[in-house]
Amino acid sequence: MIELPAPDRSVLARREEILAALRTLLPPGARGEGVIGDPIRLKPYETDGLSAYRQPPLAVVLPETTEQVAAVLRYCHANRIRIVPRGAGTSLSGGALPLEDGVVIGMMRMNRILEVDYADRLAVVQAGVTNIGITQAVAADGFFYAPDPSSQLACMIGGNVMMNSGGAHCLKYGVTANNLLGLTFVTIEGEVIQLGGGHLDAAGYDWLGLITGSEGQLGIVTEVTVRILRAAEGARAMLGAFRSNEVAGQVVDAIIASGIIPVALEFMDRPAIHACEAFANAGYPLDAEAMLIIEVEGNLEEQDFLLGQLKEICARFDPISLRVAETAEESLAIWKGRKGAFGAVGRISPDYLCMDGTIPTGELPHVLRRMGEMSEAYGLKVANIFHAGDGNLHPLIMFDANDPVSFGKAEAFGADILKLCVEVGGCLTGEHGVGVEKRDLMPVQFLPHELAQQRRIKSAFDPLWLLNPAKVFPLEGNPAFAPQAVA
Amino acid sequence: MNGVMVPADEAGVVEAVRQAVADHAPLAVEGNGTKRGMLRPVQAARGLSTSGLRGITLYKPAEMVLAARAGTPIPEIEAALAEHGQMLIGEPPDFSALFGTSLPATLGGIVATNLTGPRRIASSGAVRDQVLGVRAVTGHAELVRSGGRVHKDVTGLDLRKLLAGSHGTLGVLTEITLKVLPRPGGALTLAVAVETLEQAVAALSAGLGSPFGVSGAAVLPDGEPALGLHGPTALLRLEDVAEFLPHRSAALRGVLAGFGGVTLLEGEASGMLWRAVRDARLLLGGTAGTEEAVWRLSVRPKAGPGVAAALRAAFQARLLLDWGGGLVWVAGPATAAAHEAVVWAAQAAGGTFTLFRAPDSLRASVAVLPEEPAPLAAIGARVKAAMDPGGVLNPGRMRAGG
Ligand SMILES: Cc1cc2nc3c(=O)[nH]c(=O)nc-3n(C[C@H](O)[C@H](O)[C@H](O)COP(=O)(O)OP(=O)(O)OC[C@H]3O[C@@H](n4cnc5c(N)ncnc54)[C@H](O)[C@@H]3O)c2cc1C
Repeated sequence: MIELPAPDRSVLARREEILAALRTLLPPGARGEGVIGDPIRLKPYETDGLSAYRQPPLAVVLPETTEQVAAVLRYCHANRIRIVPRGAGTSLSGGALPLEDGVVIGMMRMNRILEVDYADRLAVVQAGVTNIGITQAVAADGFFYAPDPSSQLACMIGGNVMMNSGGAHCLKYGVTANNLLGLTFVTIEGEVIQLGGGHLDAAGYDWLGLITGSEGQLGIVTEVTVRILRAAEGARAMLGAFRSNEVAGQVVDAIIASGIIPVALEFMDRPAIHACEAFANAGYPLDAEAMLIIEVEGNLEEQDFLLGQLKEICARFDPISLRVAETAEESLAIWKGRKGAFGAVGRISPDYLCMDGTIPTGELPHVLRRMGEMSEAYGLKVANIFHAGDGNLHPLIMFDANDPVSFGKAEAFGADILKLCVEVGGCLTGEHGVGVEKRDLMPVQFLPHELAQQRRIKSAFDPLWLLNPAKVFPLEGNPAFAPQAVA
Repeated sequence: MNGVMVPADEAGVVEAVRQAVADHAPLAVEGNGTKRGMLRPVQAARGLSTSGLRGITLYKPAEMVLAARAGTPIPEIEAALAEHGQMLIGEPPDFSALFGTSLPATLGGIVATNLTGPRRIASSGAVRDQVLGVRAVTGHAELVRSGGRVHKDVTGLDLRKLLAGSHGTLGVLTEITLKVLPRPGGALTLAVAVETLEQAVAALSAGLGSPFGVSGAAVLPDGEPALGLHGPTALLRLEDVAEFLPHRSAALRGVLAGFGGVTLLEGEASGMLWRAVRDARLLLGGTAGTEEAVWRLSVRPKAGPGVAAALRAAFQARLLLDWGGGLVWVAGPATAAAHEAVVWAAQAAGGTFTLFRAPDSLRASVAVLPEEPAPLAAIGARVKAAMDPGGVLNPGRMRAGG
């Protein structure tokens, strides 16, 4: 279990006064109350995608404008009240987990698309617009917003910015950071700053780059300018089934070495194939040890050309089967199992932890072998689904949440996997963020002075450590929770 | 300045910074010094060059990853990549003509200035987006790492991005790991003869908004007579599997037909042209010497022509537009008045500018980058203090007194 810091009693004691003050800043409007204090209505905010951890907040505020966000921050800063920003609450690392003495700033009411400009290929949207909402707004004109996390129906662009989220297609199109032009950013003091805009690259320090992926540690994002891209003429997938994880890993290497960069290159191991097939009936090969989904883009002839080459490469590795989609429908069928993967694993095991380390792709067979050994040692099943082209693993560890021993083992197993990722030259998190989940593992990847350097940057933005504290940085050395700070 | 230290390893860099802090003796940090003429002149007691830190330390073609020490010359890296049919994604420019230098740029210098060539307009992003990991010595005389050698790493605050583009003011980069890519099988250029810059940028937008994969989009306001391009010309580059290019170029031609006559440039003619755009050599024309000032503005593409018009109205300006029309290179008289016109034009367009090259007298006396709003400037000062409390790294390089 990860330790949550003791709340500031003086803040808890002032709860009614704080709620009243917040209500004057966010009076009830057409969309209902701007401040939630009723314990029953706080319930939906008590957790996020890491549902093993729960903590109702002091209050939730639902601002509709940048000015309201600024007003809330100014008030909380002046009164030393901690803040937890929240988008859709799909974080798998507990990034949006509330604090007992903290105010959650929920961004869902800031859900307007402010501008779409096809000539400049950009859209300006509020932070609470969903990821898919951007693509939906421009799809009729043949455009899309590229990063596509599997949670894209729910997750919000502000959350994507703060996690620097990726997706199945980031092998070709890059992660969130590659697709941003500007942010409206509110500091803890309530100052509104415009960073970037419609143009590429900053002339001074790259604030946009530093803030992207900062997990709500540096300030609140209220508006985002994203690049939108013209969609390719078409896309089609193929599926290759192989006799071992090693062989599938070699196929990935051979594809990259051939000079072909597919738009997606997804890997599933045997447990994942079986879970997904039981759920989606996608026709996945149950006799395979590993499976690759490979997608290419272009017009029909271009797709045929690339799929032909990919088929030849796969054929060199004694595949159990190769299935090339002939139509868009067949492509969808191939993707169907993968897209429903988390749901599928959820059916075999109601509770699972989704890990997110990245490894050098060459280490794949070794890491999967070691993970298999750990799975036996812990007595917990694990299914692997991941973005093979970039080495970002998503081991899903299945456990029983009603059994504290099982949960404890799952957490220990997860930590061992992440330590292994770092040991082979990788990292703790490729796209889900550190949050609360991996906070205490940070010393595995960083030396004390490196963490100290990151903390100093945090302090430069948030000197009082009021923004999403108890996340990202281990509690030890975290100024917000130093004994003297707990009044 | 009392000489330049050239440490042979990271420990030497740490020691040099430690000594500088102890002596309160600021350092002018550089690689091969090819961009010494950029931004403001540094006031420093000593120089610290990373040119002694050389060599590729890791190259895994099948993982699309290359790491090299900061002082490794770009051509050395490009040659190693070429042996495996790969390339640096960011097309790092060679500004030796612009700055009148002869040495090649180093990897550290390119990352520290975050200078990306024409491919910036594609979805692969800026150089800083291709930086997977860095090792750097901060002003605390400590070696810190951010990121690593894998393609996706969001662990902790992204110091990689903060250091990239910080012009050596926050840390001395000692080693950098980059994402690299296979070189496309083929490339060609469609040159569209247009009447105005507005038409040129509209043609680029049409091409970039097509599904054909345009990876370079520039405007030559006066053409390039040596290549038979007369008058304002829009350039669009396609790069992909060689077999795809005939169809793509025909389809793109269809998109561009309404904008003007289209000329096809292939092979070395196309390659040379984009290198000249990349290096801003087309801006210099026949002029030798570095007495003229050069600015680089970045605005929304649609605003590019307006910025160009405003600059032409203000002074005798020579122009080159890249990045779909949003990157405006301008050469003109090295005067405070011309600089003021650039500042206004960038501000009016909601964009940004850099005084890229100028005689010391001008670049020491004006703001070479846009002023930041006060709350951001305050954060900037605190970040600088957090990375370099003694102020020993490249003082004054980006802003006076900072
Ligand atoms: C089924 C499922 C599949 C997923 N698939 C992927 C995937 O493929 N790729 C991937 O990268 N992630 C994936 N995720 C993780 C998650 O969806 C992403 O991290 C997403 O970006 C979170 O967005 P959100 O709006 O839910 O943010 P939240 O979870 O609400 O918040 C995320 C973090 O950002 C902060 N935050 C949110 N909004 C703001 C703001 N406006 N200003 C400042 N800070 C803010 C929060 O404090 C928190 O630290 C998945 C999650 C689930 C449940």
